[in-house]
Amino acid sequence: MGFQEEDCSFFHSQMQRAGTSQGRAMLTFMASDSEEEVCDERTSLMSAESPPPRCCQEARQGLEDGENAAQWRSQDSEEDLEEDADHYVCSGVPGQPSGLEEELTLKYGAKHVIMLFVPVTLCMIVVVATIKSVRFYTEKNGQLIYTPFTEDTPSVGQRLLNSVLNTLIMISVIVAMTIFLVVLYKYRCYKFIHGWLIMSSLMLLFLFTYIYLGEVLKTYNVAMDYPTLFLTVWNFGAVGMVCIHWKGPLVLQQAYLIMISALMALVFIKYLPEWSAWVILGAISVYDLVAVLCPKGPLRMLVETAQERNEPIFPALIYSSAMVWTVGMAKLDPSSQGALQLPYDPEMEEDSYDSFGEPSYPEVFEPPLPGSPGGELEEEEERGVKLGLGDFIFYSVLVGKAAATGSGDWNTTLACFVAILIGLCLTLLLLAVFKKALPALPISITFGLIFYFSTDNLVRPFMDTLASHQLYI
Amino acid sequence: MTAAVFFGCAFIAFGPALALYIFTIATEPLRVIFLIIGAFFWLVSLLFSSLFWFMARTITDNKDGPIQKYLLILGVLVSVLIQETFRFMYYKLLKKASEGLKSINPDETAPSMRLLAYVSGLGFGIMSGVFAFVNTLSDSLGPGTVGIHGDSPQFFLNSAFMTLVIILLHMFWGIIFFDGCEKKKWSALLVVLLTHLLVSALTFISPHYGINLMSTYIIMVLMGIWAFFVAGGSCRSLKLCLLCQDKDFLLFNQRSR
Repeated sequence: MGFQEEDCSFFHSQMQRAGTSQGRAMLTFMASDSEEEVCDERTSLMSAESPPPRCCQEARQGLEDGENAAQWRSQDSEEDLEEDADHYVCSGVPGQPSGLEEELTLKYGAKHVIMLFVPVTLCMIVVVATIKSVRFYTEKNGQLIYTPFTEDTPSVGQRLLNSVLNTLIMISVIVAMTIFLVVLYKYRCYKFIHGWLIMSSLMLLFLFTYIYLGEVLKTYNVAMDYPTLFLTVWNFGAVGMVCIHWKGPLVLQQAYLIMISALMALVFIKYLPEWSAWVILGAISVYDLVAVLCPKGPLRMLVETAQERNEPIFPALIYSSAMVWTVGMAKLDPSSQGALQLPYDPEMEEDSYDSFGEPSYPEVFEPPLPGSPGGELEEEEERGVKLGLGDFIFYSVLVGKAAATGSGDWNTTLACFVAILIGLCLTLLLLAVFKKALPALPISITFGLIFYFSTDNLVRPFMDTLASHQLYI
Repeated sequence: MTAAVFFGCAFIAFGPALALYIFTIATEPLRVIFLIIGAFFWLVSLLFSSLFWFMARTITDNKDGPIQKYLLILGVLVSVLIQETFRFMYYKLLKKASEGLKSINPDETAPSMRLLAYVSGLGFGIMSGVFAFVNTLSDSLGPGTVGIHGDSPQFFLNSAFMTLVIILLHMFWGIIFFDGCEKKKWSALLVVLLTHLLVSALTFISPHYGINLMSTYIIMVLMGIWAFFVAGGSCRSLKLCLLCQDKDFLLFNQRSR
């Protein structure tokens, strides 16, 4: 049927995802030689600079990388899969009068919140739709090796103890991998991390997609021959690798990131036992809080190292709604030209319109003239919002678990969904207020957990009784 | 129960709310956020209502019999009170947020309180409708025969229409409520609370769908008219709107684009 064990390790780094054993290099990391990428990484890391005077205040969200390394021990292969987990929020404060800063923060704020709501919602919809229709992901079929203790025990106390032990093991694996990654980064073993990230995304894009497609076809009883299947999975995976690790249209990259987050979340929903999943979710939020805010936290150290070296951390596994384009280039840099080949997105123009308030910005989209007398490279950036894929994954795990165990109840799922969105909103508000890096998991997961347990135990009986008597409140 | 029933009831119940969302709210990020916060407030009010009912049930030790029905009725009435309380709390929050927004950027037009009243009412309504109806909807996709035990075969249709009217009512109540709070007309708040209690109480006679639905729809129309005048409409503006001559009206703007 597939793999029996997986190792998942979570690794959190501040801005970009840092994997523990395998890193997944994102688009920007692969093309880190190109200037716009470097600039993108740098600006996403640091809070101090912003090129043109207009775009002063950006609420920038760095992402913490959490990596889940999934180690598949089957007969043949052993791979590590990483997922980056955390969303690290930070904002830039250029030297602007404070009133103007806050005004632009607010102007940015609502739009950026929506730019995050949409992908998070899409990921959750994919996960919930799969959970509700494909039976495979709700069947119990073994556990990860990181959660060795079984929950099929007769007594409640024993079960609770087992789940706490599972959580301890999982979290310590994550901490170890985080520290490993920080060490790797400190000693500049970039190629190692790079290769790791590629291996993990290969596995995710090909193997998990193949399994997912197989189960969906089985559910709907659709026959597909192997050549077609091979062609489909090959195309999907190859385009995904190109989009994620190299260059591609932004929308396609975003779609692929959402899909791989959903796939990873489905894996967790399937292989984490019931109580362990909830305890792990709680523990991950606490760890996220600690790792990001404590002075000696590994993620914080990672960010500070990256800032000292003035270079981007791994662009792996970050969902980005930012678009980078160049204006007025003196030298024809092929990588910069690559950036311009990204399709013209009218939405982007509107973004720049709103953000910068200048009607002249559409000129940005004209191709650079070879002999332009500017003499220096100007870059304009639309600073969108970035969110770590690990955050997507954990939000989807929470909602998916609510959908899987809610005994056919949609109210619990919806309540968790609204709670997570509100948590995300609050996190972004705190970002605008505190203007420094913040973890994205704690508030949302806390709200999600509170609402899951209270809706499942209190609201559900009430609403069921009302519905059976056809009363409306 | 067929796909036709599912889609039909889904669109009856949620169609107008979806249209309102797409045309008036989805375009502005700030409105979407306020809508979701409104939904969240309704959810929290439901949580407290369920907690009250749960505690009342445990106090009476879950005995079966007429006491359960009385407890349920009490639960419904208390829930209505809690919902209106949370609407008031949301009003207070929005007032503070509005002042905050105004003080930060005086040039930028923050959303007006009337708009926020509409958005918050819609948020409450959508969440309330979804929670009431979505489990029934998902059951309608499965196998079964409605009314096999002598219940009405119009169960789904009735629930769909009831959900629709509740959503619209919440929207109108939001507008009237916020306006009453703004102008310190506490009678408006009282009327909103009383009509909400009335609508919920009307559902107690539930197998008699005709009276139930008819009276609720009449209340909805009355509330709608009141909300229209409270929100600043007048007969003249209605006429202009219907003839697509009003410059502020949506269709007028779209036509001139």
